[in-house]
Amino acid sequence: MNSPEPSVLVVDTNPARAAIIEEGLRAEGYGRVTLVVEMHGLAGHIAALEPDVIVMDLGNPNRDMLESMLQLARAIRKPIAMFVDKSDRESMERAIEAGVSAYVVDGLRADRVRSIMEMAISRFNAFSRLERELENAKGALAARATIDKAKRLIMKTRGMDETEAYNLLRKTAMNQNRKMVDVAESLLMSASLLGGDEENTP
Amino acid sequence: MKLVTASFLPLLDASILIAAREKGFAEGEGIDLRLSREVSWANVRDRMAIGHFDVAHMLAPMPLASNLGLTPISERIIAPMALGSGGNAVTVSKALSEALDLPVSLDDPAEAGRSLRRLIAARQSNGDAPLRFGVVHPHSSHFFELRYWLAACGIDPETEIDTIVLPPPYMADALKRGTIDGYCVGEPYNTAALEAGDGVLLTTKNAIWRNSPEKVLGVREDWADDNPEMLGDLLRALYRSAEWCGTVANRRELATILSSGQYLNASAELLEAALAGPAGFEPFAHVATYPWQSHALWFYSQMVRWGQVEHTVEHASTASRSFRPDIYRDVLAPTGAPVPSANAKVEGALLEPTPVGAGQARLILGPDGFFDGRIFDPEALDRYISEQRRARN
Repeated sequence: MNSPEPSVLVVDTNPARAAIIEEGLRAEGYGRVTLVVEMHGLAGHIAALEPDVIVMDLGNPNRDMLESMLQLARAIRKPIAMFVDKSDRESMERAIEAGVSAYVVDGLRADRVRSIMEMAISRFNAFSRLERELENAKGALAARATIDKAKRLIMKTRGMDETEAYNLLRKTAMNQNRKMVDVAESLLMSASLLGGDEENTP
Repeated sequence: MKLVTASFLPLLDASILIAAREKGFAEGEGIDLRLSREVSWANVRDRMAIGHFDVAHMLAPMPLASNLGLTPISERIIAPMALGSGGNAVTVSKALSEALDLPVSLDDPAEAGRSLRRLIAARQSNGDAPLRFGVVHPHSSHFFELRYWLAACGIDPETEIDTIVLPPPYMADALKRGTIDGYCVGEPYNTAALEAGDGVLLTTKNAIWRNSPEKVLGVREDWADDNPEMLGDLLRALYRSAEWCGTVANRRELATILSSGQYLNASAELLEAALAGPAGFEPFAHVATYPWQSHALWFYSQMVRWGQVEHTVEHASTASRSFRPDIYRDVLAPTGAPVPSANAKVEGALLEPTPVGAGQARLILGPDGFFDGRIFDPEALDRYISEQRRARN
């Protein structure tokens, strides 16, 4: 028997992540994908869509609400289980590690569920990696700004030029076995404590 | 140092775990207690199942639900300790409170319920939509106590009100926006709505069921079996922490600790008010940390009542054995702590504080039982269950 294409509901309050999951599912050939980023009216969406699979991120505090709704089973036709099946522990563990949960209607073909799950897990992991990289980039930018500020302070107070000020910071960091940004931060901190000018307040 | 990982939700009754870490009670027992804040009970269950946590701050009926196979992932979980008693209340919107003839006392759930029943009847004859109440989870003391109270006041909680599940921090906002008319939730989320002027207390958990359990320490059974000594050390640390948390003179310091961004992330003033407030979270007195099997069985009787599980001898036994007063006694009695010699008691037998047998130590129990005066005798579970079934038909 030809089973119809499963309907997938992605509930994610992070619109960027929701979009990359949707894109991934469509690329795998799943055409019936619905995104919900707003929790309000979720029950109505579920009743209208009768989804076969619901994907929700673990960071969403409304998982308890979703589960109670599914258990009441008034909003949907068929019972819903979590993950592919309880015996597929490895897949469940990877999903939880990745930060995603999935609820699956009884009777959906296991290989289809698995491919949806694999997609969600890999996209969640990719998104976390991106987020980490972004955090690192932001951190690097902030560090550079701090070092520049400390450099200007040294130039002003010690009458050095930019290269000399930079070299002094670097040498101090090397001698003390610390990061340059940490040295710069302590310098700015002590300048502000000792009543330096406004610009030096960290 | 032995590493123990625990999860908690940002609620006042996570105090015992948080203070055990922050005040050095865990360290004193050689335990490095790592705490992880979670956003849903579903996450606690899932992450515990895959071994991210050894123990967790849990809704008291959660271990029963897990052991009875009612949850998507059903691991064996035991509760060798309760994490205090009380600490919940029923809060309603300003609009609803104005439509009700409010009782003078929060300690009169019967009067509050009569008033609510009159209003519901009036709304029904006007064709108004049913009132909507928020609870945090279907396997929670909030859910069962709210329903017990309404049913005892002649309101059918299945047909005459709507119940929805919401995360605790969203309750006050939903009340303000008019999405719900009232809720039953743990502190500080009643005091918060009260202080913001968005809600009014109608009654409290302590008034509905006196000295009743709220959260427990849920422990993976395999972990407990593999680490009996570490579990013993942890229970001793938590017991000392409960004693510290229950000392009124420590309230301000406890509120300050809890207020931190990594814990409840709320103002210390609000938390101190909640600790002293009418919802009455009690971390220690009246053996508030003892996991009575009669408490587990009462929750079970309510799971049966509302169709969550079928009543069988095996199910009742599974529910009862989810709470482990034997472990509590083995660990704490040798320390001189007052520990009841019984595993279960008749709920509603003690109308006032009463000294009872507890080895050499002096122990005061009660008052206990329900506002409507009905007695729950765990020895007569079948009769209780069939009587409540008859009452519904």
